Amino acid sequence: MRTFRMGGVHPADKKISKDAAIERLPLPKTVYISMGQHLGAPAEPCVAVGDKVKVGQLIANPTGFVSAPVHSSVSGTVKSIEMVKDLAGRAGKAVVIDVEGDEWMEDIDRSQDIVREIKLDKKEIVDRIKACGVVGLGGATFPTNVKLSPPPTATPTCVIINGAECEPYLTSDYRVMMEMPEQVLIGGTILMKALGVDKCYIGIEENKPEAIKKLKALAPQYKGVEIVTLKKKYPQGGEKQLIDAVIGKKVPSMGLPVDTGAVVQNVGTAFAVYEAVQKNKPLFEGIMTVTGDCLEHQRNFIHRVGTPLSFIMEYSGGVPEKASKLISGGPMMGKAIVNVDAPTLKGTSSILYLTEEQTKRKAESNCIRCGKCVSACPMGLEPYLLNKLGRASRMDELEEHHVYDCIECGCCSFTCPAFIPLLDTIRQSKAAVMKIMKSRPKK
Amino acid sequence: MNTTIIFTIATLAILGLLLAIVLYIVAQKFKVEEDPRIDTVESLLPGANCGGCGKAGCRAFAESAVKEGLGSIHCPVGGNPVMQKIAEALGQTIEAKDPQVAVVRCSGSCDKRKKTTVYDGLATCATIASLYGGDTDCRFGCLGRGDCEAVCKFDAIKINPNTGLPEVDEEKCTACGACVKACPKQIIELRNKGPKGRRVYVACRNQDKGAVARKACLAACIGCGKCAKTCPFEAITVENFLAYIDYTKCRMCRKCVVECPTGAIHEVNFPPRPAVQAPKPEEKKVEIPVQKTE
Repeated sequence: MRTFRMGGVHPADKKISKDAAIERLPLPKTVYISMGQHLGAPAEPCVAVGDKVKVGQLIANPTGFVSAPVHSSVSGTVKSIEMVKDLAGRAGKAVVIDVEGDEWMEDIDRSQDIVREIKLDKKEIVDRIKACGVVGLGGATFPTNVKLSPPPTATPTCVIINGAECEPYLTSDYRVMMEMPEQVLIGGTILMKALGVDKCYIGIEENKPEAIKKLKALAPQYKGVEIVTLKKKYPQGGEKQLIDAVIGKKVPSMGLPVDTGAVVQNVGTAFAVYEAVQKNKPLFEGIMTVTGDCLEHQRNFIHRVGTPLSFIMEYSGGVPEKASKLISGGPMMGKAIVNVDAPTLKGTSSILYLTEEQTKRKAESNCIRCGKCVSACPMGLEPYLLNKLGRASRMDELEEHHVYDCIECGCCSFTCPAFIPLLDTIRQSKAAVMKIMKSRPKK
Repeated sequence: MNTTIIFTIATLAILGLLLAIVLYIVAQKFKVEEDPRIDTVESLLPGANCGGCGKAGCRAFAESAVKEGLGSIHCPVGGNPVMQKIAEALGQTIEAKDPQVAVVRCSGSCDKRKKTTVYDGLATCATIASLYGGDTDCRFGCLGRGDCEAVCKFDAIKINPNTGLPEVDEEKCTACGACVKACPKQIIELRNKGPKGRRVYVACRNQDKGAVARKACLAACIGCGKCAKTCPFEAITVENFLAYIDYTKCRMCRKCVVECPTGAIHEVNFPPRPAVQAPKPEEKKVEIPVQKTE
């Protein structure tokens, strides 16, 4: 069984919501559609206050190459365009829409039929994906069309679909593979066509045997698609780790993943690509997990982008009494929710309730150079050293030790027996070093 | 016996002589011409190597002063007296600069700004700022973990454990600007020290709408604009629901301090006001004007 070569940790699996079928959330009264849904420049609203919008209507245009358009997820009236706080309490521009009915744009195919035949050509596919605002749903929300337009120096050879879902608790990708397996496979085929390659790997971790079985049964119908079973190890879903696990190639330091020939897309993205290309449906819905050990009913939902988190929490039975920390995303890399009124984004993958015992930080003690963090680091860095250099602000040495290669997966902090917040300091140093490196004149 | 001693001494003497010649030639050949004035200037500088002038240290400052003149650089630590001495040594004339001091533009102490979340991670402001808005509802306010205190080389800024806010010791502060750079929330500003150390400034950075700001912190500037209307010298501007006093225009009449409904405008080093003139700002009714969204 394949896996990536360097580092990695084994957090408890905790896929307790895996058997909960995807439910459709009811419409909230008001949605807050953020303009910064993706990595890169935020979009610029192209609707005015008082405008009537339909589901799937374009409401904001991209403002750069790495940017994505935003579509309305509901029908109704634009109430205001204002600063709305996100789940971390930072404000960003958002279009606020009062929901009235559920009227969709006419050109969206709402039927349940699976469209297998791909009519569009290579360029049309990329244009459609761009116009539909599809972004990577694996966490980074990088605009998909940018990944599908590799620089001329790189030649893509294969598509890798990321079904690893290596974060504990999260099951949204698993549910997509279970309930929409054909759509994912068609999405993979579309991605192959868009890149002009004839190989597509779908990497799935061994802890999802049903999904592997289901996709393996369907895969022979799709030319070039291969299902790869991966050993369970975090962070397998990291782009660089997945490439290493599936095709055994290392992404060079400071290089692009496409330098190895592989273009990685998440399972959720493959589904979104299918919907965009075959059904002409822009990305305005997302699939998310609501889970936690202290939660009575584990759920998986389809949410409209911009639904307030508090609405979802209420609908799924309220915040459990024992919950002391709320996280959006997985427990390893997710972000703490400090503002429950924040709206969901395209990339929102979960609401996770953790109890106090699960989140309490233990007192930090001294580093004994046991080297656990070094063997856990999937990028081959030396976290203990970066931590030490970072606390002393020795920027030149941090750069020499490749702090910029850190993928912020948190393996080092997870494994440290002295409970040193390694990632916290490394993340700081990385940002500072990257800033210095960017400020240098280009040769 | 004697020959050994003589032989040894002679060998060493010849060796020493030869090496001395080599060293002399090398020293002449690879001589670094350096302006002797650089040493003079460096000896006049305070030697704090704080980087407050924007150079890498006092030596770098001296080199720059000799090569490029004193036009654009200023040593905030030494201040005017030191700069005058340097100017004399270099035979230049410079204008005296107003002495500056760091001011903390946040008055959200623990009792005025309630904590809404618990943060138990690495206790530095930079880490918190990279993760989220902060552990109070005010995303502009002081995080109170003392990044400013850690960078201050003059022991001039300290977090007051009672208020959770940094306090500047005016005597020690040299306005080197290290804390200004360290603060991830841009709360600290260098302002002119003012006559007799008297200053009036808005101790708030909250750019949220009045109601939102007020909900997060009782001492927040709500952008009502009363101060700007009162100011006879047009020194106050209100932008993004936040007032700012231009210290170059402010004439210290202190009318705005009385007018401010939340007490966000601070006055320092003024003599106490006569009792009649001083209604306590806290007792005034707070009016939050209805503002349209942008």
